[in-house]
Amino acid sequence: MSERVLVAKVGLDGHDRGIKVVARILRDAGMEVVYTGLFQTPESVAVAAVQEDVDVVGLSMLSGAHLTLAPLVVAALRERDSNIPVVVGGIVPGNDVDDLKAAGIAAVFGPGASDEEIIRVIRSLVSPVE
Amino acid sequence: MNQERAYDRWRRDYDAATLRRPSFTTMSGIEVDPVYGPPEAEFPGVYPYTRGIHASMYRSRMWTMRMFAGFGTAVDTNERFRDIIAAGGTGLSTAFDMPTLLGLDSDDPMSLGEVGRCGVAIDSIEDVRDLFRDIDLASITTSMTINSPAAIMLALFVAQAEERGVGRARLGGTLQNDILKEYQAQKEFVFPPRQSMRLVRDTIAFTAAEMPKWNSISVSGYHIREAGSTAAEELAFTLANGFAYLELARAAGLSVDAVAPRLSFFFNAHIDFFEEIAKYRAARRIWATWLRHHYHAADERSWQLRFHTQTAGVSLTAQQPENNLARTAIEALAGVLGGTQSLHTNSMDEALALPSEKAARLALRTQQIIAFETNVANVADPLGGSWYVEALTDVMEQQAESLFAELLEMGDGSMLEGCIAGIEQNWFQGHIAESAYQLERSFNRGDRIVVGVNAFTEGNEDADLELLRVTNEDERKQIARLATVRQRRDDDAVRRTRERLARDAADASVNLMPALIDAARAEVTVGEMMTSLVGVFGRYVEVPVL
Repeated sequence: MSERVLVAKVGLDGHDRGIKVVARILRDAGMEVVYTGLFQTPESVAVAAVQEDVDVVGLSMLSGAHLTLAPLVVAALRERDSNIPVVVGGIVPGNDVDDLKAAGIAAVFGPGASDEEIIRVIRSLVSPVE
Repeated sequence: MNQERAYDRWRRDYDAATLRRPSFTTMSGIEVDPVYGPPEAEFPGVYPYTRGIHASMYRSRMWTMRMFAGFGTAVDTNERFRDIIAAGGTGLSTAFDMPTLLGLDSDDPMSLGEVGRCGVAIDSIEDVRDLFRDIDLASITTSMTINSPAAIMLALFVAQAEERGVGRARLGGTLQNDILKEYQAQKEFVFPPRQSMRLVRDTIAFTAAEMPKWNSISVSGYHIREAGSTAAEELAFTLANGFAYLELARAAGLSVDAVAPRLSFFFNAHIDFFEEIAKYRAARRIWATWLRHHYHAADERSWQLRFHTQTAGVSLTAQQPENNLARTAIEALAGVLGGTQSLHTNSMDEALALPSEKAARLALRTQQIIAFETNVANVADPLGGSWYVEALTDVMEQQAESLFAELLEMGDGSMLEGCIAGIEQNWFQGHIAESAYQLERSFNRGDRIVVGVNAFTEGNEDADLELLRVTNEDERKQIARLATVRQRRDDDAVRRTRERLARDAADASVNLMPALIDAARAEVTVGEMMTSLVGVFGRYVEVPVL
């Protein structure tokens, strides 16, 4: 069974280089990947994640709004009784990682995270027994 | 023009130029020539300008050290602007926040978390007043990096300057206003491509008629490269967009010579030193050749490609961020050896956050070291004649020409139609995504080394830099500022000017700038002007390709 991942851009941030590259890397690793496109709201991401029945939601955030927007995505999922884990990748200063984790973000990938690390962490979130 | 005459022409222009110093020597006192090469070589300031657009290049005038800045409220950014001028910066470059770039007011629900974060928040003319307070608009040139709402920002700037008694004809600066690359790479679009191009047409026509010192478009490859393209793709897509704007203006009845001298370019300076230098040299040669022979421009200024350079943000690493100082210095040097007219150097902390004041100062100091300590500015095109650089320049040109051929085919002979078709068919976006993916693969396989990332990682655990923190406090402050404006303005004037704007927008033969300036004076907000325009133009929704 292959993992299903929704990758999403929330808010106004148009940087889509990273999310497209990561989407292809995850596909290369055998995962099924759905990309929302730009300018999504936390609600639209949660709705899509539930509808698509994905295993993980990946947010790509490079504009500095991660502390505001990422927790809203988690909240929107939990409001829909969904426990789908949410991971964040992008420009996230080290100081913000703990805050994001406290807000329910399962993992954070900063600049320079390797392909292997992203794949490994996502797999471990889907099958936590590992 | 035969080769002998190229030398003569260069000699005449060089002898007539005003120089910064009577003579130029190496550190050890050896007198150096303004340019090197055999008499039959190409010369700077002479068509096709491969070696630079001025005969005397930096011997007359250094490049403009134009540092891009903006965060928080207009009051905060005004302070940073004044610091830059005090530190010896010679031009301003405004970074706007995401809501402003997308034409949303700070109190719009979609703006949540983004206000003042990536740049300064501008909601109305009141913010523009504060942004340029105590800055001499007639002597400092101002660059405004904005695209979808570019016409609105120009209207706000003109209205504000005229309130202060500085007429529009005296304003010098540049509007980025390059909407094509938004669909291709940067993705800050609002209207569909053709409606956006109508606004671009209006700004070109308005500035051509009324703002002789203003550059109407900064045709930008920077974002195309940052989004993942190769150097040749950056070169080709950018120049193709430039040709498209010329065709747009020509279709509106303007002559190529009325428009081309007001287009400037904006390129990336990435880390592959010689490839970048070759790219700038090829850019000048291609532009000159096409303008002269394809678009039949008669004015030499139309043939001359002027460009701004910014070092590559994407080359910076979050690991051992101090290493970024070295990367930026090397990239900046490529820009200078490539003959750039102005330069922004990135701060070492930009893979982590917006630049701190100290990091921004160090970045400017990097340019000053290149300009004033290294003596590299003493000789024009010092790498001209290098077998390697000349060969790379030719390859860049050939690769760009073959991409132009594909675009012309898509556009049935029109570069304007080719660029729009290329956007609609995801041709540009597909090229860029594929190149980004291939580059990432090469890093991941270890074929390319990035110091501190996939090699030489000792020191990665060192203490973090002091970073600039933009808090949500700025968002609250800005929303309160906007509320004050909304409360005190004349609602009738707002309604009247917005109605005129919608009316003018519906008639494609009308230039929208007068209506926008009227609305700016009535303190109509950026978001309100955009909403009025969206009502007529509609919105663009990208169908993404993976």
